[in-house]
Amino acid sequence: MRRHPLLKGRSVIRVRYSIIGLLRKMIIKGKVHKFGNDINTDDIIAAKYLVTTDDAELGRHCMENIAPEFALKVVKGDIIVAGKNFGCGSSREHAPRALKGCGVSAVIAKSFARIFFRNAINIGMPFLESNDADKIAEGDSLEIDLANGIIKNLDKSEVYKTQPFPEFLQEIVREGGLMGYIKKNV
Amino acid sequence: MGYTIAEKILLSHTGKKDIKPGEFIEAKVDLALGNDITAPLAIEEFRKSGFTRVFNHKKIVLVPDHFAPAKDLKSANQCKVLADFAREQKIENYFEVGCMGIEHALLPEMGLVLPGDLVIGADSHTCTYGALGCFSTGVGSTDLARAYIDGKCWFKVPTTVKFVYKGKLAKWVGGKDLILYTIGQIGVDGAIYKVMEFTGDVIRALSMDDRFTMSNMAIEAGGVTGIIEPDGVTRDYVKEVQGAKHKVQSYKRRVKDLKSDADAQYEKIYEWDVSKLEPQVACPHLPSNVKGVGKLKDIKVDQVVIGSCTNGRISDLRLAAKILKGRKAKAGVRLIVIPATQKIYAQAVSEGLADIFVKAGGVFSTPTCGPCLGGHVGILTEGERCIATTNRNFIGRMGSPKSEVYLSGPAVAAASAIKGKISHPGSL
Repeated sequence: MRRHPLLKGRSVIRVRYSIIGLLRKMIIKGKVHKFGNDINTDDIIAAKYLVTTDDAELGRHCMENIAPEFALKVVKGDIIVAGKNFGCGSSREHAPRALKGCGVSAVIAKSFARIFFRNAINIGMPFLESNDADKIAEGDSLEIDLANGIIKNLDKSEVYKTQPFPEFLQEIVREGGLMGYIKKNV
Repeated sequence: MGYTIAEKILLSHTGKKDIKPGEFIEAKVDLALGNDITAPLAIEEFRKSGFTRVFNHKKIVLVPDHFAPAKDLKSANQCKVLADFAREQKIENYFEVGCMGIEHALLPEMGLVLPGDLVIGADSHTCTYGALGCFSTGVGSTDLARAYIDGKCWFKVPTTVKFVYKGKLAKWVGGKDLILYTIGQIGVDGAIYKVMEFTGDVIRALSMDDRFTMSNMAIEAGGVTGIIEPDGVTRDYVKEVQGAKHKVQSYKRRVKDLKSDADAQYEKIYEWDVSKLEPQVACPHLPSNVKGVGKLKDIKVDQVVIGSCTNGRISDLRLAAKILKGRKAKAGVRLIVIPATQKIYAQAVSEGLADIFVKAGGVFSTPTCGPCLGGHVGILTEGERCIATTNRNFIGRMGSPKSEVYLSGPAVAAASAIKGKISHPGSL
């Protein structure tokens, strides 16, 4: 295989285990919007809006088919909490971008569909898997410590633990996404 | 410990000696696919990161198919981004209207995907080529941008679930019914993060087109890919699409070890006798909400769509035409038939299938993903209902959030067009 000139003589992937500084500082605070199971990417952003690559424009139509009022009431920093299989269906990366575009700071769900999972990692959209998602209610205020995978429910004085990402994925997230990671590692 | 076919393909695309499920790997891809929705975002990311040349222009495929022929100005712009990038990067596998098709029908038909390949596509239905014994899977636009740079992709090595289908399929039952039944049994997250391996006597007896239909909808159960070990049916198909390029010896080398080892590890094994299976229909609003067609009484439809990357192949059109021949779609029902590629389109014309559809009062369209994702050529308004041979029936998928989509194979769809309500083809 012909290597890209910028990559010549270097290994593309150098997994480093020592840096956790940036992630440690990632604390997210926001109010909760609740959604159910199997929220698909057509729900998050309908195909008719996939004629732009502008996050803010996509954000204006986020969740339109299932919650038309969502894009109007969501405030920058808010958090989505959902059930299982969040982001199933189409591979459209426009879905996590629409969430980012309308101000959503993180998604917590019981599980994530595979392509949404990798898209969120790749564009640096914070998300956490937690079986405690059911304990969180609409309007609750949360504080999320991303590096340690800890969710604090400020209204209920509850703490929910999640599995932190494996090192390889943390590395991508630390660089702000896959492109940052690739640039850093070439 | 032995490997599954999926693990073997992944392993052969890394420089590693062994892999195990759960491990993160970087693998070289044989092909990276993008379309008019996902590639513009990938191209933007590629450029933003300061790169100017793709790693290998022969391993990139660009297909404007979702909103093509361009449905409006904005989608025309997106299609043009693909055309310009193809020209700039000397990408030969760019398919313009007139030679294009729905990507997942087009790539196998062009001989661009072969058994043992590792293929990524910024489209969730890239899992379709698993039917040929590929590890092919959907990724996002940023994944695609990264592949443009160094030809690689990151993967978490998935576990595999095996599905063994036994018995003999009844009349009017095919690949679509098998995969809908499977999704109905395991749910839309039943194979999340997992490879689905389809096997058993029933699979061995299936045509290549029916196998594509099954692998295509693996994503609807959350699957990474839907893989089928290559056999004589695969060989005949590859020989046909490759034509003079086909070399018997190199094909034999390619498929030699392309099967799961006897001691391969499966996370779960399902075994079903499907001899009594009737045609299946997925009801709104999830592909897992599956019922036998006999259980659906008096579900009237406003529209019938026969086409898509799931069921727009020539055997699907032949089956629909067999039912529609000499009959008419019920007054008030819009019948829309969309062949998946230009080749299938031409074939349907020369075989007289197009004539049957048009005389049945149907629309016979140029290839496009069109209505499947609510793009164009058949959008539903509030209160309307459609039965489609497509792959998703989510809320608002084909238009208004107050419309409904039912999913079936081409035989049920054709019969439903004639009767104006969801019907078993045997009831005509």
